[in-house]
Formats: sequence, structure tokens, C-alpha cells
Amino acid sequence: MAETQPPTVQKVLAAFPGAGIAAREFRGQWWLEVPRERVLEVLRRLRDDPELAFDFLNDVTCTDHPEEEPRFRAVYILTSLSRKERIRVKTSCPEDDPVVPSATPLWAGANWHEREAYDMFGVRFEGHPDLRRILMPEDFDAFPLRKEFPMEGERSDRDWARWVIDRARRPEGTLP
Amino acid sequence: MTPVHVGEFQEEGGVVLTSVDSVINWARKNSIWPLPLGLSCCAIEFMAVAASRFDMARFGAEVARFSPRQADLMLVAGTLTYKMGECCRRLYDQMGEPKWVIAMGACAASGGMFRSYPVMQGIDHVIPVDFYIPGCPPRPEMVLNALIQLQKKISKDRPTQQIFRRPAAAPAGPGRLAAPTA
Repeated sequence: MAETQPPTVQKVLAAFPGAGIAAREFRGQWWLEVPRERVLEVLRRLRDDPELAFDFLNDVTCTDHPEEEPRFRAVYILTSLSRKERIRVKTSCPEDDPVVPSATPLWAGANWHEREAYDMFGVRFEGHPDLRRILMPEDFDAFPLRKEFPMEGERSDRDWARWVIDRARRPEGTLP
Repeated sequence: MTPVHVGEFQEEGGVVLTSVDSVINWARKNSIWPLPLGLSCCAIEFMAVAASRFDMARFGAEVARFSPRQADLMLVAGTLTYKMGECCRRLYDQMGEPKWVIAMGACAASGGMFRSYPVMQGIDHVIPVDFYIPGCPPRPEMVLNALIQLQKKISKDRPTQQIFRRPAAAPAGPGRLAAPTA
């Protein structure tokens, strides 16, 4: 843990004094923990500051920590293609208010990543233009990557079979 | 007049006598056009079956059709998810009779190693299956074996029963498909 903060991290911390941003490190990889009210500002700064120039959003995803409060963490993974550097920005949200800001105003490519994170964890991305399920069926009623969700699912095979055959027999015009 | 045996070729007349069943079965079993429903890695193995080394064409099944209207055999090669199950069932319904189904690989037969929330535990939950091929993926020889077994099955069929005599009711689908009625 004795590693010194890289210039990128120092620059961000200096740009947002008193914003409650924490910088942490694991095996030489740094990330910033940002309160969710300030995330969009920080991401915009990381993208637009020419000395930071994190122009590429690799991924937006979530992690679930049921024993912690707040429970969910959203992770924005950024790369600077010109400077060949990576950084992660993390924010968190509680279970009873699972909302974090969407990165779609900054990177249009965040759209499907955030839909997947919503589909799997039920974390809503505020400001997303079209937050629907992307992988699971649209009438699915659970969030399968939450820790309490059983790995084999909650519906029986017989229920699923009936569901599949009902859908397959819908007339062509009524497909979603 | 000399007695004529069924299936025997008479040189002078150029006449073959046989049963209609045998002729129809002979035509059907030697021109099984598969509809490959390639869902994952088994589809790659299916390509090997169709290609020159293993050569499904030896059994008349090389004409892979990507329209269910033109296919006789649905070859489900890979992991079927519940969401994809709808497409699988819809394609099966769109195939004209007679039609057969082969579940290729452990996933199509039983869900394979995926006992997880999106994966159907065997395609026989939604469509009736004639042959299951184990393996992950199966060797091409096993796919050919299933095809030969299917040819044997077809040759035991009696298609004239349906042509000349309408059955009172269509037979219920085999296996687990018949179960979810209640």
C-alpha cells in the first residue's frame, strides 16, 4: 500500500478538493471512489481535460456487496487511448435507492453496458435514454446477478416450457 | 405368368414392384434436409460433419436449409436458452410434416454443464426429440450415427397410413413435451 499516487490520480484529487473522493490501489491499479452526486463531473473532467484525456469508456458494470452499506457499486472503466493509461471510477448506492448517474451523456457506448448492469443487478442509471432489460426476457421479474438469487433460477422448467410455448404461438404482429 | 416378388426387378418389362411405403421411405430417408439450429460450439462441429472429411452428403443430408419450410430435420446444435426457446419452438412449428429432431450435444440434450437461470435443461421441454447425441461436442461420427439411426427409423415408418387413411387424432408428442398440460 506504500505506492505513491500516480499523477493522474493526484490531478483528479486536486481538481475536486472536498468532494469526498477517495483514491485506492490494488497491485498497482488505482481507482477513485466518488460520491454518486459528483460522478458525472469527475467523469467529464477525466474525459475533457487534455492532460487526462480518458477518451474511451471500456465498460460500465456493477458489483453486489450484501454485507456492506451501501450495497451496490457501479464501476466505470476508462482508458486513455492517447496516453495508454487506464483508471476505474467507482460509486455506490444503497439497496432501497439503487440509482446512479448514467454515463450516456458523455459516452453513447455506455447505453448497452448500463442496460446490462440494470438487467443483472436492478441498479437504475439516471439519465439513461432507454433503460430496458437487454439479455433477460422483458417480463422477467428478478435480477439474476444479485447474491440472493439462486444460481439455477426461481422458475421451474415446466413453467419456463409453458412460457416458451405461449410466446412461440403468439401471432406475428404481437411480438414485442 | 411367372410369379413376381415384391421389390424384384424384371429385366424384360423394366418394371419394379414394391409397396408405396417402401418407395416413400426410400425417398425420405435418402434426402433428409437438415435445418441446422447452431446455437454454440456444436455448430462448429456440425460444419465438420457437413464438410468433406466426414461428408454428410454420403447419406443425402448435405442440403442444409436455413428456411424451416424446406427442411425435414431440425438439428439443434448447442445451448438453448429460455429466451431462444421461443425461436426454436417457432421454427419447429414452421417446418412441414414429416419432420424430425436431433438434439446434438450435452447442452441440447440436457442443458449440459449449464445448470443456471437462463439455460433450458434439454430442448425436449419445448419440442419433441427423436435422437439425443451425447458429447461436448460430439464427434462427427456420432452425428453421422444419429443420422443413420434416423434413416432406420424412417424406413420403419408407414406413411401410407396417413395418406390413405386419416388417423382419428394426431398422436401425442413423445417424452416430456406431453407432460405440461395441467
